[in-house]
Amino acid sequence: MIKIRAGFLPLLDSAILIAAHEKGFAKGEGLELQLSRETSWANIRDRLSVGQLDVAQMLAPLPVAQNLGLSPLKNRIIVPFALGLGGNAITVSNEVFQKLHAIDRDCRQTPTRAGAALRQLVHQRLGPKLAFAVVHAFSSHAYELRYWLSACGIDPRHDVDITIVPPSLMADALTGGAIDGFCVGEPWNSVAVARESGTILTTKSAIWRSSPEKVLGVAEKWAEANAESVDALLLALHRTALWCQDPIHHSELADILSRDIYVGVSARALQSTLACQLPGLGVVPDFVCFADRAANFPWQSHALWFFSQMVRWNEIGFSAGAAEVARSTYRPDIYRRALAKAGVALPGGSSKVEGTLTLPTRLPALGGELVLGPDGFFDGRTFDPDQIESYISSFT
Amino acid sequence: MSPPELVVLIIDESIDRALLIEQALREAGHLNVKTIHQLKGVAREIEAHGPDVIVMDLGNPERDFLEHMFRLSKSLRKPIAMFVDQSSDEAMLNAVEAGVSAYVVDGLKRERVKPILDLAIARFRSFEKLRSERDDAVQALDDRKQIERAKGVLMQHQKISESEAFEMMRNAAMNQKRTLVDIASAIIMAAQIGRSPR
Repeated sequence: MIKIRAGFLPLLDSAILIAAHEKGFAKGEGLELQLSRETSWANIRDRLSVGQLDVAQMLAPLPVAQNLGLSPLKNRIIVPFALGLGGNAITVSNEVFQKLHAIDRDCRQTPTRAGAALRQLVHQRLGPKLAFAVVHAFSSHAYELRYWLSACGIDPRHDVDITIVPPSLMADALTGGAIDGFCVGEPWNSVAVARESGTILTTKSAIWRSSPEKVLGVAEKWAEANAESVDALLLALHRTALWCQDPIHHSELADILSRDIYVGVSARALQSTLACQLPGLGVVPDFVCFADRAANFPWQSHALWFFSQMVRWNEIGFSAGAAEVARSTYRPDIYRRALAKAGVALPGGSSKVEGTLTLPTRLPALGGELVLGPDGFFDGRTFDPDQIESYISSFT
Repeated sequence: MSPPELVVLIIDESIDRALLIEQALREAGHLNVKTIHQLKGVAREIEAHGPDVIVMDLGNPERDFLEHMFRLSKSLRKPIAMFVDQSSDEAMLNAVEAGVSAYVVDGLKRERVKPILDLAIARFRSFEKLRSERDDAVQALDDRKQIERAKGVLMQHQKISESEAFEMMRNAAMNQKRTLVDIASAIIMAAQIGRSPR
């Protein structure tokens, strides 16, 4: 047995790593997955960088930020596998929701209507700005929240405050009045609703359908020295992802995740959210996706979209070199190397134009056929990774 | 001319540990040490003190928030780097293993910061040792209480002496290859659900 130490945070999308261990998929590939529940993304990053962890669940933009030198540590982290698509939502306090509801009774129908109501509230409001929390500065949450606010005419730099709160403390922060809303991964939105501290306003899947969320981060040095273990792990995770995707296993998966050593939230809440059911919103199509639609493929266009947003919000200047660092953080070549042997259908390209598929679309792939999409942004924009500069300037 | 004294900020929700580190730093001649235990208003504290070095607990769940604050801070000005020597994996591993997370203002000379961090790491370690010794002591006390209680149960139910009760438990432990505490808790549980222990 080869030991692999894997870090995770208590979140729905730690499911693939946890189930790989619990359901024996890792063992099936000769691996002993040693799971370590961590307290912060900074902790995961540090332990990965000093070699106390070999791999970890990570926010999709975090390895990109680290390789671009935006993080306090410099060790390179690569992404050979994605841990799913979607899984986040935006929740506001009940007080804010009542005001939005008074502006537009059906504001939860679309992100556009929710944003329009919020814009009216923000611009009418006297007194302190509304405060929203995300889980990390370099998180998909931070970028999708700002993308949505901005597209709805709310300037995330001036019209609202954005702060950082750990996922499991979001509901408490909302109850205590420290924040007025947040963007966080499940089950922490459902938890806030169950505690009657908030109302879910919209979801990541509604803002950008089938969008990247958590990935498998691997220290580059370790990946280079342990290529065979990486391949075995990817195969195990691929099989686990298929298992997690199948609704027939959701009740068992919810039971496993509900344990205190993992997510520590009631199995009932977890099972609903696995079935894409959110309290107050009902069934949200494609809310979370573990394996379908090439959900585990590390699209370089995803890495580049995060880079485009880092430039957009002045976190880094644009240069072709920086774009290349971002792109090469995601490693579809390793994904292909590991899974080709197992006869998995593989996308031929490493990037796609994001936001063009309005319907699920069958596409020819290496070794079979793949269904991709829908992958649209709620405002109808598209992102062509080959036109990244003009995409960035289109926001100003 | 000696360089100006470094300002050290300790952020730790454990008051005891923070005190331990602060004392050690003062004894080593670092008089400009500030400690905060609460994260409320941390940004204001950072602006007020203008720290050169920040020491905190690696396991603090608010680290993502704090790093965000450090990045926004005007007084820290330059982006700050974690650990003294990023080129030395060993130094980083040392700090992470001890559970110390440290941030220093970029550009500070390594020789100036290293003694401070070494001290912090040593104090984190000794605090951890003290805590685990204390936990062991508390556990030992609990174990002894369990055994005493079980002895009392046996004496009452079986109408035997204290030494006979102890002998009975010891034999059971040896025969079943279990610890005395296991046997004691089984006896107590059996008594609680109303069965006479054998």
